[in-house]
Amino acid sequence: MEHIYLDHAATTPMHKKVVEAMVPIYEDVFGNPSSVHSFGRKARQLLDESRSVLAHSIQANEKDIIFTSGGTEADNLALIGIARANKHKGNHIITTTIEHHATLHTAEYLEKEGFEVTYLPVYKDGRVSIEDLESALTDRTILVSVMYVNNETGIIQPIKEIGDVLKSHQAYFHTDAVQAYGTLRLDVKELGVDLLSTSAHKINGPKGIGFLYAKEGIKLNALQFGGEQERKRRPGTENVVGVFGFKTAVELMLEEREKRNTNYEHFKQQFLQVLDEEGIEFNVNGDLSNTIPSIVNISFPGTNVEKLLANFDLSGVAASSGSACTAGSVEPSHVLSAIYGENNPCTTNSIRFSFGSANTNENVVDAAHRITKIIKRLVK
Amino acid sequence: MKDNKDIRVVVGMSGGVDSSVAALLLKEQGYDVVGIFMKNWDDTDEFGVCTATEDFEDVVRVCNQLDIPYYSVNFEKQYWDKVFTYFLDEYKAGRTPNPDVMCNKEIKFKAFLDYAVDLGADYLATGHYAQVRENNGKYEMLRGIDSNKDQTYFLNQLTSDILEKVMFPLGHLPKSKVREIAMEHGLATATKKDSTGICFIGERNFKEFLSEYLPAQPGQMQTLDGEVKGKHDGLMYYTIGQRQGLGIGGSGDPWFVVGKNLKDNILYVEQGFSNDYLFSDELVATDMNWINPEDIKDTFTCTAKFRYRQDDSGVTVNVLEDGTVRVVFDESQRAITPGQAVVFYDGEVCLGGGTIDKIIKQNHVLDYVG
Repeated sequence: MEHIYLDHAATTPMHKKVVEAMVPIYEDVFGNPSSVHSFGRKARQLLDESRSVLAHSIQANEKDIIFTSGGTEADNLALIGIARANKHKGNHIITTTIEHHATLHTAEYLEKEGFEVTYLPVYKDGRVSIEDLESALTDRTILVSVMYVNNETGIIQPIKEIGDVLKSHQAYFHTDAVQAYGTLRLDVKELGVDLLSTSAHKINGPKGIGFLYAKEGIKLNALQFGGEQERKRRPGTENVVGVFGFKTAVELMLEEREKRNTNYEHFKQQFLQVLDEEGIEFNVNGDLSNTIPSIVNISFPGTNVEKLLANFDLSGVAASSGSACTAGSVEPSHVLSAIYGENNPCTTNSIRFSFGSANTNENVVDAAHRITKIIKRLVK
Repeated sequence: MKDNKDIRVVVGMSGGVDSSVAALLLKEQGYDVVGIFMKNWDDTDEFGVCTATEDFEDVVRVCNQLDIPYYSVNFEKQYWDKVFTYFLDEYKAGRTPNPDVMCNKEIKFKAFLDYAVDLGADYLATGHYAQVRENNGKYEMLRGIDSNKDQTYFLNQLTSDILEKVMFPLGHLPKSKVREIAMEHGLATATKKDSTGICFIGERNFKEFLSEYLPAQPGQMQTLDGEVKGKHDGLMYYTIGQRQGLGIGGSGDPWFVVGKNLKDNILYVEQGFSNDYLFSDELVATDMNWINPEDIKDTFTCTAKFRYRQDDSGVTVNVLEDGTVRVVFDESQRAITPGQAVVFYDGEVCLGGGTIDKIIKQNHVLDYVG
C-alpha cells in the first residue's frame, strides 16, 4: 500500500536540492559565526548570504531579519517583544479568533501579564472585517496581529487593507505568514506590515528554523538573554546549516512558486472532482476563490474527525484536522467554531487536506478514492 | 481461514502494563494490531497537567516500540452521560455503585467496540484478566487464570454476541508473567505502577472528590435502637460493613456501618465485626445480564461473588418473572451492599450478573440497609 501525504500544511518533505545544499555545510562549515577567526568567518559568510536572500524574498532589509527556531518562536517574539517594549504607549492588542495557537496562546498569556486583547471575529467567509478592526482600535492599541493565511482552512486575510488602515495609527502590524510564504508573493512595504513570521519546514526546508521580520526602528524586547547574535534580539549561536537550508528552499520556492501553485490548484480540483463524482456528501469550508491553492478544508456530514483520520491513516492517507489536543484526542476546531459557531457539526467533522511536493496527479486521485470508500462505509 | 495479518485487532490501551502486553502478544501472533487510547475523563489541573496526557504518552511510547499505529478517541461525553451520572445517582440513592462495571458495559464494550468496528476491526482486545471460549457457536467468558487478578466480576454485563468479537490476550497468564514479558521486551510501561481505585478519581481523596459533585449532608449516627453515637459527614461517604472513619471511641468491640436511612439522613452503626445486623441470607438483584441467557434455568445452584476479589459462595438462584433474581445463600453473608454487583459462576464459567438491590433476612427485606 502506497502511503499518500496530504498534510503539507503540517510540514513538508525537504526538497532534494535543499538536502544536497546542506550536507556539505554540515561536513565543512562548523565554525561559530561570532568567532574572530577563519572558521567563524566562513560560517558568517553563509549566514549573511542567506539573510540577504531571505530579506529580498519579502522585499525587506537584511538587518530586519531575526532568525528564530521557527514560526512559533517568531510569533512569540513578535507579540511578547512588542507588547513589553511598548507598554508606555498603551496596553491594548488586537488579534483574531482564528490565529494559530502560537499567536492565540501568546495573546492569552499577555492578558495574564495585564494586557487587554481584542479578538476580532470572522464572518461566514472566514475573514475579519476592516470595520471591526477600525472600531476596535483605540489610542491605547500598540499591536495588531492577523495571520495572512489560515493554516486550517487556507483562507486569505485582507492584510494589505489592514496595513492601509494602520498606516495612520501607532499600532504595529504583525502577520503570521507561515502558510502564506510558499504560495503568495510577499512585499512587506506594499502590505504595510511591521512584523512578519515565517518557517522553513512549511516550504520544503529544514525544521527548526524560521525568521521574524521586524522593520528597522521597531521597539522589540528580546525574550532570551545571552550573546549579541541577531542584534541581541535573539541571542544564541546561529543555526547556520538550518539557515542555509532555509535560504535554498526559499530560492527554489521563488523560482517555482507559480508552477507549484498551478499544480496544487490542479490537485485540489481533481481531488474535489473525485469526491463529487463518487456522490458522497461533503462541503468545502471557506470560499475556494479566496483560499490558497494548497489547502482545502472539507466537512463530511455524519462523521467525526477522530474516526475519519484514523480510518484515513489505516488506509494510507495522511491528513489532519484542527489542532491535536489533550491526550491525542481532537478538540473541535477553534477556527471552524469561529466561522460557523461553536456547536456547528462542521467543527468536529472537517478534515484539512493540503497538497504539495509529495503529490502527483495519480496519488491525489488514488487518495480521493480511498477517502470516498471510507466515507461511504461510515455514513450509512 | 484468514491469515492473522489480515485480521485487524483494535486494542484498548490505557497506558498501563496490562494493555501494553496485550498489544505486544497480539503483535507477536502476527495480527494487524491498532492501539487506541480512550479519553473518558478530563482532570486537567491549573497547570494544564492531565493524567490522561501522561497515560497517552505511555501508549505512544509502547506503540512505537511495537511499531503499531495508535490513535486516541474521546468518550468524555458518553462517559459522563452513561457512567458518571449513574455513579452520582447511586450515591444520591444511598447506594455504593460500581462504575467499572458500567464503564465496561456502556463504554469499553459498546461505544468503543462500535468505534473499533468502524475502524475495520475484526476484534476488540483489552488487557482484562478473563478468557473467551467458544462452545458450539456460543461464546462463554471464563475467569482469568490468575485468580487474584480475575476481572470477570467487572465484565458481568457482557454477552455472547459481544464476546464473539472480543479477545483477552492476558486471560491465560498470571500477572507476574505479564510483568516479566513487559520487562523482557523493555516496554516503556514495564515498571509502571498499577492504577488503583476508580479511574476518574485516581489517587485523589475520595471524599473530597465526591463533595465536588454532591452536597454533603451531615447527620446523626445512631444504633438501630435509636441511640445516638455521633455525627456522620454525609451518607454517601459510607458503605455497609465499613469500620474506618466513624470516630466512635469507647470500650468494647469496634463499630461498623450496618445501614442508612436516607429519608431521615441517619447512618446506622452497630458494634462488632460479626454483628448480627451485618448478616443476611438472601438478596434480590436487578439489571440482570446473562451471558448466554438460553442456558439459564428458572432455578439453579451455582457460586456467586458479591464483591470483587471475594471468594465464591454457594447460592441458589431463582429467576423471577420480571427478570430480576432472588439469590438464596448457602451460608449467611456479611455486609452485602446495595449497588454492588452480584456475579454468578458455574465453575470457571461466568454466567452473568446484576446489581444488588434488596437484602433479605429470614424472609424479610432489611430496610435499614438502605
